[in-house]
Amino acid sequence: MERIPILRMGDLLLVTIQVDMHDRLAMTLQDDLTERIVSDGAKGVLIDISALDLVDSFIGRMISNTAAMARVLDAKTVVVGMQPAVAITLVELGLTLHGVKTALNVEKGMALLGKNLN
Amino acid sequence: MSPSTDYAVGFETELTERHARYRVDRASLPLRGDEDVVGLRRHVRERALAIGLSLVDQTKLITAASELGRNSIKYGGGGMVYLDKLVDGLRQGVGLIFVDAGPGIPDLALALRDGYTTGGGLGLGLGGSKRLVDEFDIDTRVGEGTAIAVVKWKR
Repeated sequence: MERIPILRMGDLLLVTIQVDMHDRLAMTLQDDLTERIVSDGAKGVLIDISALDLVDSFIGRMISNTAAMARVLDAKTVVVGMQPAVAITLVELGLTLHGVKTALNVEKGMALLGKNLN
Repeated sequence: MSPSTDYAVGFETELTERHARYRVDRASLPLRGDEDVVGLRRHVRERALAIGLSLVDQTKLITAASELGRNSIKYGGGGMVYLDKLVDGLRQGVGLIFVDAGPGIPDLALALRDGYTTGGGLGLGLGGSKRLVDEFDIDTRVGEGTAIAVVKWKR
């Protein structure tokens, strides 16, 4: 089955979404991430969406749900790299990704998760 | 995608000819499952690029297409979409017409309101999509089906 790879770095999980996800694939990623937070004892999740040229209500909901599930499992989620056109569209669509921390790039996202890359 | 392929849906609506006088090209795609929405987004992007829509307008149109295509599948039980290239004098646009023969929308005003959903979603699909395009028309009849026509013009 098609899957988005999840990488582990220390107590962080890293995901870079590089394909145009259909809905089931997005749901699988949400489930996989939630399971990995527990099995790996992860404290943080960094989701890089810089390669995504669209975040619609379904993907937006998947991101919000993932962050909420991570939170109750004692992990922080940061979404990084959103393209400006995606941000404009998202807000106009009415999605604000409530409760999701964001950062402009991976480095700043890592800092938000308490990791300094230097 | 073959332009001659017909995925006709059993819902008779005049909305499919909504922009007939501006139309210079038409293709159609089926909307049956998740993967069809991904295909739809790709085809819409190609058409948006072809008329030189700005990056923001491309993103808005593709996002609206994704929402409406998903609605056709999820609520309409599947359907089809026409992808039209529109020319009005010097102005070019992309028209999309979604047709399904599903249950129809009983209360349109309610369905267009943000936060209203019958499908466990966020309830942003219809009202949100309307904000992302320049023209938005609906023909829906309970028990017969729903057609939604949208246009994004190049500024």
